Amino acid sequence: MDIYFPIAELSLNVFMLLGMGIGVGFLSGMFGVGGGFLLTPLLILIGVPHTVAVSTHANQLIAASFSGALAQWRRKAVDIRMGVVMLIGGLAGSGVGVWIFKYLTKIGQIELVISLSFVIVLGVIGLLMAFESVRSILRSRRQKTPKPRAGRHPYWVRVLPFKMRFYRSRIYISVLVPMAVGAGVGVLVAIMGVGGGFVMVPAMIYILGMPTAVVTGTSLMEITIVTMNVTFLQALSTQTVDVVLALVIMTGGVVGAQFGVKLSDKLKGEQIRALLALLLLTVAAKLLVDLVVPPIDLYSISGPLG
Amino acid sequence: MSRHRLLAGLALALGLAVLATAPEPARAQQLVADLSSHLVAVTTGFTGANVLLFGAVEGEGDVVVVVRGPDEEVVVRHKDRIAGIYINRERMTFPRVPSYYLVASNRPLDQIASPGEFARQEIGLPALHLNPQGAHPPALDAKFRAALIRNKMDEGLYSSGVAKVEFLGARLFRVSVYFPSNVPIGTYQVQVYLFKNGVISSAQTTPLVVSKIGLSADIYEYAHRDALAYGLIAVLLALAAGWAAGTFLRGA
Repeated sequence: MDIYFPIAELSLNVFMLLGMGIGVGFLSGMFGVGGGFLLTPLLILIGVPHTVAVSTHANQLIAASFSGALAQWRRKAVDIRMGVVMLIGGLAGSGVGVWIFKYLTKIGQIELVISLSFVIVLGVIGLLMAFESVRSILRSRRQKTPKPRAGRHPYWVRVLPFKMRFYRSRIYISVLVPMAVGAGVGVLVAIMGVGGGFVMVPAMIYILGMPTAVVTGTSLMEITIVTMNVTFLQALSTQTVDVVLALVIMTGGVVGAQFGVKLSDKLKGEQIRALLALLLLTVAAKLLVDLVVPPIDLYSISGPLG
Repeated sequence: MSRHRLLAGLALALGLAVLATAPEPARAQQLVADLSSHLVAVTTGFTGANVLLFGAVEGEGDVVVVVRGPDEEVVVRHKDRIAGIYINRERMTFPRVPSYYLVASNRPLDQIASPGEFARQEIGLPALHLNPQGAHPPALDAKFRAALIRNKMDEGLYSSGVAKVEFLGARLFRVSVYFPSNVPIGTYQVQVYLFKNGVISSAQTTPLVVSKIGLSADIYEYAHRDALAYGLIAVLLALAAGWAAGTFLRGA
């Protein structure tokens, strides 16, 4: 069954879109990542214009992440205080990122920078997570000793001022660190057009030292608010938010997210991290291949806005 | 519904106006043509559309049909291999490019007239006046032009060959024009030419409106007219969907 989407300006099969939504929603519920690094390229692949894909993805992400955040909230797995502190940095960072995005679009290099950012960010995070999670899986198999508590911050983090206690995460850390993490993620979100969960989740675990249990929920809360902001700004300035397309994908997405949350309960933290690492590395490898292999046509066309 | 009728009426009136004002040659009308519909309605169920162009000619001759979408600006970019990866380098901006282009004829164009005859009326892809901004070596221009046309063909918006004008007997002809689902919105020009002995002996232009109709038109219009409210609704709808799913699926 095909539907014509008014803003994307083409017709697409509804069941294919629902399936994509379920798959991406499943990942977001399970890992606390938005799945934008999968969905946005998929939408572009099936013919949705680049700008519409990014904006519409932000819109559908609100539903998937809000549904996931609520589920985590009910099990008290959201650190609101941490979320708010990170958000302050995030809003500033995304402002800078939007400016960079406009500049890169103008000079025609935005797609290259997006691809390269994905390869580097996904590759580095994927490798780090893969090594760490495999090591802790092996360790937990050998001996059943409880993992040392998170919260061992490096020296440069411990000497920073404006320390604050985050009760739910059970850490005591300078607010500058979560703000900086939030800002860094904000820049990437604006440039790469994704929710940023795949950067935020590892940063929360490895830089802030938050326990995995609250990471997913806090990250989902963060993504909900960031994507609300992005959707609103895009609707206002570029009119590229396709509500109909977003509704179809989010229908699949919210269903998938619930299953993802259920499965994440059954797996250990390091198992979830190992699976996420595998997924990130797969996508990074695919994008790297696309950059290196000669394209079918060396020439491409676009409208004046990119 | 009323919008549908209004637009259809408008398109028809426009078509009649053009027919009426077209310069009438002194000799008897040699060429008459019309479309099965002057409006391609892009509704929620739109998956592409066929419009039938039909007509009649007086005496021996060849019929060539050109369908042209509204002009747009297009940027063509060329990738180079730098440090092992492919990067966009040179770019050319073509300020006036038909967003859709189709040419149809009853036999191959080169058997109908000389390229010079086609060039004047921009008949056929090689004859399109695609000129980039700025001065470039002609060889480079040609490469970018060819790339532009190739990419438009890949999008299904330029016909890759010359479509068939079918003659039914000696006088009646018909041609089916296909518009894919990604067809650009706007006013199209359907030009019908009658060639006799290699020169244009008669011509007729009919407008064709491609317009969003119904729910998809309303949504598009609302998104542009009241962007603030549209953005708020988009956010609230998504929040409601997320909440509803979380609440109803929890028990499952």
